[in-house]
Amino acid sequence: MEIKEIIREENKVYSTPQLLDEVDMHYCPGCSHGVVHKLVAEVIHEMGLTEKTVGVSPVGCAVFAYNYIDVDWVEAAHGRAPAVATAVKRLWPDDVVFTYQGDGDMAAIGTAESIHAANRGENIVMIFVNNAIYGMTGGQMAPTTLIGQKTATTPYGRRVDLNGHPLEITELMKILDGTCYVTRQSVHTPAAVRKTKAALKKAFENQLAKKGTSVVEIVSTCNSGWKMSPEKANDWMVENMFEKYPLGDLKNI
Amino acid sequence: MKQEIIIAGFGGQGVLSMGKILAYSGLMDDKEVTWFPSYGPEQRGGTANVTVILSDEKISSPVLDAYDIVIALNQQSLDKFSPRVKPGGILIYDTNGIHNHPTRDDISVYPIEAMEATMELGNPKAYNMVVMGALLEAMSYKLPMENVVKGLKKSLPERHHKLIPLNEQAIEKGRTILKN
Amino acid sequence: MKGEVTLMKGNEAVAHAAIRYGCDGYFGYPITPQSEVLETLEALMPWETTGMVVLQAESEVAAINMVYGGAATGKAVMTSSSSPGISLKQEGISYIAAAQLPALILNVMRGGPGLGTIQPSQADYFQATKGGGHGDYHLIVLAPSSVQEMVDFVGLGFDLSFKYLTPAMILADGIVGQMMEKVVLPEQRPRRTDEEVKKQCPWAANGRTGMRKRNVITSLEMEPAKMEVNNHRLQAVYKEIEENETRWEEIGVEGADYLMVAFGSIARICDKARELAAEKGIKVGIIRPITLWPFPKEAVNKAAEGKKGILVVELNAGQMIEDVRLAIHDRLPVEHFGRLGGIIPSPTEVVEALEQKIINPTKA
Repeated sequence: MEIKEIIREENKVYSTPQLLDEVDMHYCPGCSHGVVHKLVAEVIHEMGLTEKTVGVSPVGCAVFAYNYIDVDWVEAAHGRAPAVATAVKRLWPDDVVFTYQGDGDMAAIGTAESIHAANRGENIVMIFVNNAIYGMTGGQMAPTTLIGQKTATTPYGRRVDLNGHPLEITELMKILDGTCYVTRQSVHTPAAVRKTKAALKKAFENQLAKKGTSVVEIVSTCNSGWKMSPEKANDWMVENMFEKYPLGDLKNI
Repeated sequence: MKQEIIIAGFGGQGVLSMGKILAYSGLMDDKEVTWFPSYGPEQRGGTANVTVILSDEKISSPVLDAYDIVIALNQQSLDKFSPRVKPGGILIYDTNGIHNHPTRDDISVYPIEAMEATMELGNPKAYNMVVMGALLEAMSYKLPMENVVKGLKKSLPERHHKLIPLNEQAIEKGRTILKN
Repeated sequence: MKGEVTLMKGNEAVAHAAIRYGCDGYFGYPITPQSEVLETLEALMPWETTGMVVLQAESEVAAINMVYGGAATGKAVMTSSSSPGISLKQEGISYIAAAQLPALILNVMRGGPGLGTIQPSQADYFQATKGGGHGDYHLIVLAPSSVQEMVDFVGLGFDLSFKYLTPAMILADGIVGQMMEKVVLPEQRPRRTDEEVKKQCPWAANGRTGMRKRNVITSLEMEPAKMEVNNHRLQAVYKEIEENETRWEEIGVEGADYLMVAFGSIARICDKARELAAEKGIKVGIIRPITLWPFPKEAVNKAAEGKKGILVVELNAGQMIEDVRLAIHDRLPVEHFGRLGGIIPSPTEVVEALEQKIINPTKA
């Protein structure tokens, strides 16, 4: 059989999402960001929101999200994405606005902006990729780094007496009256990917229904930062991260 | 015409609002006006003062150290500002609680019993308008009363407009006590 | 709303002016002595009339980033604060400048450093004109000396900011903010419709209407060669602003023996001092920079021609004096007179300083 006989429309089992640019991503092989990007691109496209979506990218590994997903973007200062998104949404209430934040952005430097945007019930989607480490700056401790986890700034493992406790920001988001949907997902298996996509879709639907803030946390791997193979990183995540950050809906109104 | 005026007294005597009504009245009379208060914590409880300038011309400094007219409503303000009346200028002060009276003879000095006059009116809140009446009488610039009333209307919130007749009465009272 | 002659504080006037200009959004956080801006806006409820968004943010940091977000979509947005709050906004201001976005920032200066005082000051001159935040950037800095200019500079600030895609700052002092003056409020201008915003700002990130190419607002560029180009682009804009938008006022400069340079309300105190000096037979002129950046260096240099000395009067320890010295190439005696900590100099004090520091300097 010739190759061109195989490459036919009826044999197609997968195609790149329309809104995902055909460029090499800067993410490390095995990183969860690529999968999450794909899902965001798919959901926006499938919901027909391309012409009115504005994304707000963070500082962190996802800073270049604007190079991959083909919607309008504003690149925010570290931690300020929810403030930026607040203004975009309030000034363009018919637009669809989401933030894409890492754990440093959401739970360390941007805690105030994240909590207050959610507390005001800003009608936005906050996508929170939690990989328990600062990937971009070289693997330093994140607010969500687990106790005992080794990072560049906790070389002997995170200690409560020195570094405090891992911050469960998503649990905090749940108790705020401004949030309508708070969920924690992952993308390490095809089934998990499907669930995350459904969660993202629901979050965007909430925004169209003007229900308030939706927070979608995605517990992720950073195999480079964790210094593991992608496969081992997935296993480590399942074994260690899910205990502290259990998957599922925390709130769904 | 240019009148450079400072009104000084205790916080709570209506110093700032008198300045405001004066400034609004000037505005209604088509004058250039500035109103510059001492502000912040110093206006709470302690002394308060406000500089009001009314002029036909564009006004330069809103902050002054010599005045055509000084209105002092307590001893502290009298001590501080009476030396700053320009020669030939006017000093109006309430004699209530004053033990050291001014001695300058190069200015016109008008001691008034404004507190007493206010008590006669039966509403202590009218105090600053009694003082305002004395000022309007003493000023060489004759601000038409109709514009003062317009100024009152502009500066008082709608819900206080029923007090305007009382304020007019207080202003008249102030004019009378200055004349006497 | 028609134009209106009224009496109000500088801070209140800014709020009215913003609404009447057709401003789309205000984001702020209370701090004395400028809280009346937000208070007045909340009381006027412009969202019910013009549709302007007003939001009390959780911090100055959030507020300036809301401005960044709003500006990124092409809307006319602003914030206001006072010195310590403006320090907090510096990172955001640098981003706004770097991303070449229009925005208006009001600083009603109070005395510093640190928490300082709530009384008037001009000690943020360096911060406003020399950068403030990180990186090579400038703001268009307008210094109002009256309540009327507080109003006028809201419009001017937005207009210049949109023309040059450079943030503008109104650098006011507590005097102008807290003083009430007669003021003429302009007629209500309609806010631009979303369609008009999209047309006027084709670069803005507000959704890919008509499936146009995506717009990305960012200040990030990892390639040094490209980042240098970005910097040169900014510098070219700054050069254009310097050439076209330098503003100043001269009072009695012709025929004067001495010159005073002052900005904001202090220039008016100097004007009174000029009158007092004239009574003593001292002829002194005033040059009041209206744009602090771009600084009117040529105008100052020209005004210095034939003068015996220059007194720079500021509510700080000597900041604008550096620009004055540079402007005149240090060819004349230039001295500084300033009061600090929130104290306002009187006109008489200014005359005395002129006599002691410039006319009859005592030898040390």
